[in-house]
Amino acid sequence: MTGMGRPVRMSRPPAIIWLPAVFIALIVLLPLAYLILRTLGAGSEVWDLLFRTRTLAILGRTLGLVVAVTGISVVISMPIAWLTTRTDLPFRKVWSVLTVLPLAIPSYVAGFVVVAAFGPRGILQQLLAGLFGLERLPDIYGFPGALLTITMVTFPYVLLTLQASIRGQDPCLEEASRSLGHGPWSTFRRITLPQLRPSIAAGSLLVALYTLRDFGAVSLLRYETFTWAIYLQYQTSFDRMVAAALSLVLVAVAVIILFAEVRTRGKAQYHRVSVGVERLAGNIRLGNWRWPAFGFCALVVLFSLVMPMSILGYWLVRGVGAGEPFNVVWTSALNSGYVAGLAALVTIAAALPVVILSVRYSSRISSLLERGTYIGFALPGIVVALALVFFGANYATPIYQTLGLLIFAYVILFLPQAVGAVRSSLLQLSPRVEEAARSLGSSSWRVLVRVTIPMLRPGILAGAALVFLTSMKELPATLLLSPIGFKTLAISIWSATDEAFFTRAAIPALLLILISSIPMAFIVVRERGE
Amino acid sequence: MSKRVIGLASLMLSSALLLSACGQSDTETLTVYSGRSEELVGPIIDQFSDAAGIEVKVRYGSTSEMAATILEEGDNSPADVFFAQDPGGLGAVTHLFTPLPDAILNQVDPKFRSPDEKWVGISGRARVIVYNTDKLSESDLPDDIWEFTDPKWKGRIGWAPINGSFQAMVTAMRVLWGDEKTIQWIDGIQANDPQVYPKNTPIVDAAGRGEIDVGFPNHYYLFRFLAEHGDSFAARNYYLRGGGPGAVILVAGAGILKTSENKELAERFLDFLLSRVAQQYFATQTFEYPVVEGIKTDRLLKPVSEVNSPQIDMADLADLEGTLKLLRETGLVP
Repeated sequence: MTGMGRPVRMSRPPAIIWLPAVFIALIVLLPLAYLILRTLGAGSEVWDLLFRTRTLAILGRTLGLVVAVTGISVVISMPIAWLTTRTDLPFRKVWSVLTVLPLAIPSYVAGFVVVAAFGPRGILQQLLAGLFGLERLPDIYGFPGALLTITMVTFPYVLLTLQASIRGQDPCLEEASRSLGHGPWSTFRRITLPQLRPSIAAGSLLVALYTLRDFGAVSLLRYETFTWAIYLQYQTSFDRMVAAALSLVLVAVAVIILFAEVRTRGKAQYHRVSVGVERLAGNIRLGNWRWPAFGFCALVVLFSLVMPMSILGYWLVRGVGAGEPFNVVWTSALNSGYVAGLAALVTIAAALPVVILSVRYSSRISSLLERGTYIGFALPGIVVALALVFFGANYATPIYQTLGLLIFAYVILFLPQAVGAVRSSLLQLSPRVEEAARSLGSSSWRVLVRVTIPMLRPGILAGAALVFLTSMKELPATLLLSPIGFKTLAISIWSATDEAFFTRAAIPALLLILISSIPMAFIVVRERGE
Repeated sequence: MSKRVIGLASLMLSSALLLSACGQSDTETLTVYSGRSEELVGPIIDQFSDAAGIEVKVRYGSTSEMAATILEEGDNSPADVFFAQDPGGLGAVTHLFTPLPDAILNQVDPKFRSPDEKWVGISGRARVIVYNTDKLSESDLPDDIWEFTDPKWKGRIGWAPINGSFQAMVTAMRVLWGDEKTIQWIDGIQANDPQVYPKNTPIVDAAGRGEIDVGFPNHYYLFRFLAEHGDSFAARNYYLRGGGPGAVILVAGAGILKTSENKELAERFLDFLLSRVAQQYFATQTFEYPVVEGIKTDRLLKPVSEVNSPQIDMADLADLEGTLKLLRETGLVP
């Protein structure tokens, strides 16, 4: 049986766990130290700027977007996650791969695509004008466009965590509920949903923080959020002090969201507590609902994946037709894959001690530490990048502008994705196995390498894939911190779109989406196969 | 799987360390931070590198990001030269620049260089009106940018208030018109419900699609759209007949950092950027205006002699702070 009793606590953590964990926590707090340093260096006019009604208004707009994007992501992901894991949906495997791939699309590309598709005189309007003589579409700019764009590229965060947890769920609780006379709906509400709550919350957390820190989509769709205001300080007045003060406000918002998510976790535990064989749930027959369900998945994939890819393809064809050169940027693609692969490895290595400490040796300090790793993910990339420019150039000159520091930046930015994925894996594992290994005389290190890590494989792979694809598309830190002359796909896209060379942007953008899709697709297929 | 993964991991890590260990040699290398994109300036920098036999390392980014990076790096900046998109970016780090020799400064029209001799303009970009050719022809457009405050332009204008060149134009307005009239212009345009864009590119794009009838960008973005879409792209540039701040010519420029250990190389680089070869490149390849005399521009480009641009020194455009204060008061930027 799966129990919901008190979590089991172990004694003191071994040094091989807590030492690296503390070290990693210190590293990820570097940007925070930088922000405080810069804010303290600012004059009093910073406070005047900060405490204007305008600031409050932008904060309100930001929170509105965060709530809406997160809510819609959950609403889209719930049915897809259930359909692709527990039902006889046609082409189930295909859908479970295609629905997570939009995550690979950078928001600055999605922004251009949404404007091209739904903007005034965009593709959709011209299509409708041809068919029905429609002259104007509702304005895409502002809230609707930002909502659409960011939801499009972030909802798979919820989908992925949900799919993993539905798959890991033991069906016996549901069966027990049904046998006790509860209907399917009542069982869903009382048994399934509470069990899914932590994974919904974990996915939502990533969506919320991503929305908080996104710049590409909100700037192209012209919705003034806090991050946009922070970028503006750099862009218009080269004012690092005001930007730092604003970023601290963003950190405060992130902290509130982080603690809200902790509250949803509660004290429950999600692994089996007694003997018994784990098994997978059987498939539910959809019957007449098969094709509407199919249609729903198709619609989501059409909007979030097919549309952006086709528009990029169209730009490519149009530009080449007009005589633009067709250059495939192989070096950039190799560099991107290489550095993102490294980032994934290092980030997983960094996530493991943090996760093990916070789950197996749960205490106030260890969960604070785990929460702390999320700060970097909530900050705009430019802020983290400049923090590392400052520390790197002045206090770590030998590694400044090397791949080492760039990967360091990726770790700070993307650690929570790995922490989240590995953590939910570990939560579903009973500590009994590790205890057994220890009682048989294995050292802490041996238990970690031989027992814990192999059992965490699904979480590790999922986390690595997430870090890989977000590192692939990361822009500000890559621009500022990579070794000089080191070209990546993200840099090629930026360089081209910035000067309106859309054809030149289309090739690296398509390549980037394809390459980051590969590990993701591989993992989804692999997990499905079991 | 673990052994193979660990093997792969250590291979990747060690090669990363190796990679970072290379490139430490500093014989005849010049490091440039470029706020101008590689698409535009990469070819001409390569040409310098080949001709001079010097390795040039270029970090590309937006002008503001590069300026912020230089400011954060402080005395430890690896950069020798900062090549910026606009005078505002140069102004932000001007205290970190070393004065330039007269041999470089004197090649450039005084109005295109900093008065404290810290940086020179490299190429010029004109502020223009971009208009949708399906809806308007040049004769429908007014002589002066002031006239777009007329209510007949309501809902037809696009602008980019957070863009550096736009802000430089507002500074030009303050110089030529005074603060009061500038505020009136901003209020007048605001009353016409303009579409707000983050930068120049989407303005030109929007004008081509007919999303807006007119927009206020720099002149050269249009040529990129013409190259990709062909001549059917439905937008063209209009240089304000009456001149004024709406027709000001701005410069992209460069300066040498005080902390540079390669000042002599850096000077050779700037000298090259002002040479005939480089100036001709800007005039024909990036469709910008040369800043030295006697360069022929592309036939698509309206010759600088025919552009009725106002007499204004780049130095007068340095007061970005005052412009930002004004823009904040009018609520145009946060």
